[in-house]
Amino acid sequence: MLRLDHLTLRQDSFHLTADWQIDAGERVAVIGPSGAGKSTLLMAIAGFLAPDQGRILWQGRDLAGVGPGERPVSILFQDQNLFPHLTLAQNLGLGLSPTLRLTEAQREAVTEALARVGLAGMGARKPAQLSGGQQGRAALARALLRARPLLLLDEPFAALGPALKAEMLELLAEVAQVTGAGVLMVTHDPIDAQRFATKTVLVAEGVAAPPVETAALFAHPPATLRAYLGQ
Amino acid sequence: MADRAGKIGLAEALGLGIAVLILGSAAMVGLRAESWALKPTDGSALRFTVMQAALSACISVAFAIPVARALFRRRFAGRRALIRLMAAPFVLPVIVAVLGIVTVFGRAGPLNAMFETIGLPQISIFGLQGVVLANVFFNLPLATRMLLHGWEAIPAERFRLAASLGMPPAAQLRHLEVPMLRALVPGIALVIFLICLASFAIALTLGGGPRASTIELAIYQALRFDFDLGRAALLASVQFLLCAGVTLLAARVSLPQAFGAGLGRRQQSFAPTGWRRGMDAAVLSAAVLLLALPMLAVVAKGLPGLAALPAGLGPAALRSVAVALSSAVLAVGVALVLALAQARRPRLWLELSAMLPLAASSLVLGTGLFLMLRPFVAPQTLALPVTMLVNAALTLPYLYRLLLPEARQLFQDYDALAASLGLTGIARLRYLTLPRLARPLGYGAGLAAALSMGDLGVIALFASDGGATLPLFVQRLMGSYRMEQAAAAALILVVLSYALFWAFDRIGSYYAEA
Repeated sequence: MLRLDHLTLRQDSFHLTADWQIDAGERVAVIGPSGAGKSTLLMAIAGFLAPDQGRILWQGRDLAGVGPGERPVSILFQDQNLFPHLTLAQNLGLGLSPTLRLTEAQREAVTEALARVGLAGMGARKPAQLSGGQQGRAALARALLRARPLLLLDEPFAALGPALKAEMLELLAEVAQVTGAGVLMVTHDPIDAQRFATKTVLVAEGVAAPPVETAALFAHPPATLRAYLGQ
Repeated sequence: MADRAGKIGLAEALGLGIAVLILGSAAMVGLRAESWALKPTDGSALRFTVMQAALSACISVAFAIPVARALFRRRFAGRRALIRLMAAPFVLPVIVAVLGIVTVFGRAGPLNAMFETIGLPQISIFGLQGVVLANVFFNLPLATRMLLHGWEAIPAERFRLAASLGMPPAAQLRHLEVPMLRALVPGIALVIFLICLASFAIALTLGGGPRASTIELAIYQALRFDFDLGRAALLASVQFLLCAGVTLLAARVSLPQAFGAGLGRRQQSFAPTGWRRGMDAAVLSAAVLLLALPMLAVVAKGLPGLAALPAGLGPAALRSVAVALSSAVLAVGVALVLALAQARRPRLWLELSAMLPLAASSLVLGTGLFLMLRPFVAPQTLALPVTMLVNAALTLPYLYRLLLPEARQLFQDYDALAASLGLTGIARLRYLTLPRLARPLGYGAGLAAALSMGDLGVIALFASDGGATLPLFVQRLMGSYRMEQAAAAALILVVLSYALFWAFDRIGSYYAEA
């Protein structure tokens, strides 16, 4: 369970508050206008931004001072999710061992993960030899190997076309199911939220609102969401 | 997290170490100077130092302006090769160029032979004119590359607009090119002035005597021949203050970024024809002759000498390569640690300590270290380690400047990903930093190795008769007028310098592409 306890994030003149929790294995979309702080919220949970006030807790444990690599999360950024100079196998291997000293079993796990996301036999390739969709798959395969209980996505598929994006969301659902991970996914597309997330957090006007049922939220959108959707 | 703290600790320690080395040497010579009263000969050395540097800077820039302009607006076969030739002197050992200049312009050279047949008086290459000529040889290409950069930075649309308005070349010059020159020339001239203030090897070989002695040459003579430590210390203090003052001035303008820049971008040019084409051709030919003739002369004179190489060349070459390799590794290592730390968290004092060696010269550091070491050991026994250390320190500012933007980019692009995966410490160095920075690291190590290979500074202060490096070996052969042997040894020196540069650069590119 992830709990944001009276959390306040501050960057220069920007600030954002949040005070809610999500349960293990829950799929939550984070939606709101650009610049509202969706990414900032994810960065704080991933450990790249220290809270100004309040705490971020995982299973009751305060994550303050825990480095990004040690947190119970995997994160997919908007871009730069793969090291371009390493092969796919190495990129995936980093999900199992940050020193890339892999056991035979781990090597096999990498091969399997590649096959699982439809990249069988491509372990020796460099990211530049892949399409955008394939790169997204590789990043998801690494998240699969890392198997952390919480998966954070900062719009990693925003640059993909609608069909490819739908495919990625399916794969994401599969990865989340296999690892039992909860998902916190930033998106600017209401359709993504409705298709994928059971709950949705609305970030607007300096507040990340507590998650509510996605269907209910869009059925009766509050004023800030209506403004964002242009209704 | 602990690892991150450790890395910053290392950068801080290195930053402090550099500050201690440079400022410690400066303090040492300042304290050891017995009296602050300059002798008349010291005064004239100071005047000569400033004069030759000022003249060299003015002539280099004045000549570089038409050369860069011609290179910018003309397209001809061999243009790229010429721009590459302009980069070559940066890593060319000074002693080799001096040898070439003496061969071409010296008493027995072809130029004086020509003068003699047409009844003109002989010119001497020794003294002010020789020192300035050698300085121009090295700095004309530097100034040209920096100015060419400036020209290429003027948007092509401006030239198109000027052409569409029918602006004559003079108007184009006034409205487009002069503003760029006004912004760049003072900085370039100041940088060259600073380089020429500390051009010890040139003064050692082409200067000398009461009327053409620089401060650094006076330091060398005081330490090496008169063994007057107090006077050497005083002169070193004067040199340090002079260079530090000019460095502070130059800090307001950008440092030379002349190497490594990609020149040769296609720019639509609207070059005027007629007599101006002839002018450009003449200017470019003059520059090519100035740069190529001395080099060809060394080759022509050295090739026959290769058959009978002088004794002692092998060990001298070995010493030089050892010094060059270790100093390259040290300089690149320190520059990398500092650049990575600065990319993560910029601090002014670290930046300053990385730049501090610019204010010091080989002879100032050498004198300081000589005074520091003398109570404990015979300085000769530490000639090679000291040379290695001083060479590394002197190339550090260039390497740091080379690596910093790359380190910033690396940090910006991949720090978050690396941190989210827990990639830290040695693994991060091995799988992220080294492969991503392989190209600039290889290039930087090549520069450092070649510069160190060709250095003739501190080694001249410290070396015993038997412990010479290759540049010093060449200089000694020249000093005893064994010109053919000197040229042969110089050829080997050039080949080794460029081979080191090339090898490191290739290794870097190889790993960057792998």
